[in-house]
Amino acid sequence: MTKKIATREAYGTALVELGAELPGLIVLDADLSGSTKTSEFKKAYPERFFNVGIAEQNLLGTAAGLALAGKIPFASTFAVFATGRAYEQIRNSIAYPRLNVKVAATHAGLTVGPDGASHQALEDIALMRAIPNLTVIVPADAVEARLAVREAARLKGPVYLRFSREATPVIFDEDYEFDLRKAQVVRPGRHVTIVATGVMVSQALQASEQLEAMEGISAEVINVSVIKPLDVRTILESAEKTGCVVTAEEHSIIGGLGSAVAETLVENLPVPMTRVGVLDKFGESGSPEELLRAYGLDAEAIVYAVRRVIMRRVSSKA
Amino acid sequence: MEQQDYRLLEEKAWRLRRHVIEMTAAAGSGHPGGSLSAAEIVTLLYFKTMRHDAQRPGWPERDRFILCKGHAAPILYAALAEAGYFPTEELLTLRRLGSRLQGHPDMKVTPGVEASTGSLGQGLSLAAGLALGLRLDQSPARVFALLGDGEMQEGQVWEAAMLAAHYGLDNLVAFVDCNGLQIDGRVEEVMSHAPLREKLAAFNWAVFECDGHDLTALDRTLGEALAVRGRPAVILAKTIKGRGCSFMENQAGWHGKAPNAEQAAQALREIDCRREEK
Repeated sequence: MTKKIATREAYGTALVELGAELPGLIVLDADLSGSTKTSEFKKAYPERFFNVGIAEQNLLGTAAGLALAGKIPFASTFAVFATGRAYEQIRNSIAYPRLNVKVAATHAGLTVGPDGASHQALEDIALMRAIPNLTVIVPADAVEARLAVREAARLKGPVYLRFSREATPVIFDEDYEFDLRKAQVVRPGRHVTIVATGVMVSQALQASEQLEAMEGISAEVINVSVIKPLDVRTILESAEKTGCVVTAEEHSIIGGLGSAVAETLVENLPVPMTRVGVLDKFGESGSPEELLRAYGLDAEAIVYAVRRVIMRRVSSKA
Repeated sequence: MEQQDYRLLEEKAWRLRRHVIEMTAAAGSGHPGGSLSAAEIVTLLYFKTMRHDAQRPGWPERDRFILCKGHAAPILYAALAEAGYFPTEELLTLRRLGSRLQGHPDMKVTPGVEASTGSLGQGLSLAAGLALGLRLDQSPARVFALLGDGEMQEGQVWEAAMLAAHYGLDNLVAFVDCNGLQIDGRVEEVMSHAPLREKLAAFNWAVFECDGHDLTALDRTLGEALAVRGRPAVILAKTIKGRGCSFMENQAGWHGKAPNAEQAAQALREIDCRREEK
């Protein structure tokens, strides 16, 4: 059985580590510190932790002000509230002046589970990706999440970090090297490229094993944890080799990773492509596992998408 | 301070007003009304109260000014130019393509601008966060914020007001430029937030009121506000929108409209008459 840890847990741990290394690191939360895991930092460094209450616009604005004072603020709340309620604060108070604020959002995607649609951010990547100056990171597992937080803290400029509530499989070894500029080929293959982000990376790996075992299809799996700036080169090199692409994300198919990859392929290498993601719908209550299955975001759905995209490639060559 | 020194400050405020008219006329757009109402407040801060140095815009211990009502950028630019942050000739490039003087303040391009503002309601959060950060560093620097009275309708202002009081930010002083007008008309008719004094007091701010065009009164009131310990202070400064130009005064229509050449000439003549009366 694979070990499972939530990326939000890794976020909390990384903050405490960084607190010792970076005296300018400040953490802010909007009454969700137990859920976002910033409570760990609060325990270790109470003088550098500020609760702003249930006021997300002011959460991001105060973080921007702390950045004006030369601090490195991490501001946390759920992804729906960070990117929805406080969208314009991120746009105008943080990204436009390129302030050194890290928007660390947890509880993204369907895997929020029973809380239902109001709390499941499915369009946050699209919103954040559209804002200039902002780096957008979606870690695939707890190991990568910890390293991403460390890199984000050292990157001078605004960053959006997307974490999950649910414990998800740990994919990477402890010696894994995270590079903000590079997408990683986590499984090499020849017949199809699966570009995945966040919790869908482990689903893509499962799908690739099934495809290999059942149908002899060799899938290359690429983990895109930095959605912006996108590592276009790694994606194009793989697409050139395999001739078809499937994207997989725990997000709407509109505006997220699938859109970013489609934009890249259409302009550079128009090969058949299919998106796996939420089909322009809101979520609902359910267990994370049930929801991923019901909304077509599990390994089965990726297997199906791969078959379809390979058919299209074959027929386009005929 | 001597009476003579206040005269010099008054003279400075009228100089800033001249710049506002010339800049917005040259630009053919902009916000003269709310710039003119804030002339004395901005003058007092930049030419008397604030510790700052145009030669060292990044000096860590400088006092900071955040123009929450970012559309009043012309009065800020006028003050910065007069204080030596950039040449006064540059004021006439306001709002032009490639200019360092954007329609609303952009800290990345304009020397002396401390924060990018323009979207109403966001500035007080910036000021509070900045004050919190400076206090963590035990900096002697103080933060001054200028809001519009229409801007007080934004919910985020009250979120920030709550935070500043909760964390006892006594290194923060806010001004509200109470000119009573917003784009669609009188503040009390569009959406009344009266009684503003009581509301801010209920948010646990130390609240002061004074005539926002009387530099002596403003200076005395600001002194009292700066002496407050343990909580933030706010000065409700009663002002006249478009102050100094008879045809602009108390006219909501002059919120975001530039004078044409003829109107600008008349405005400058009136300003010069008012200067000489002083």
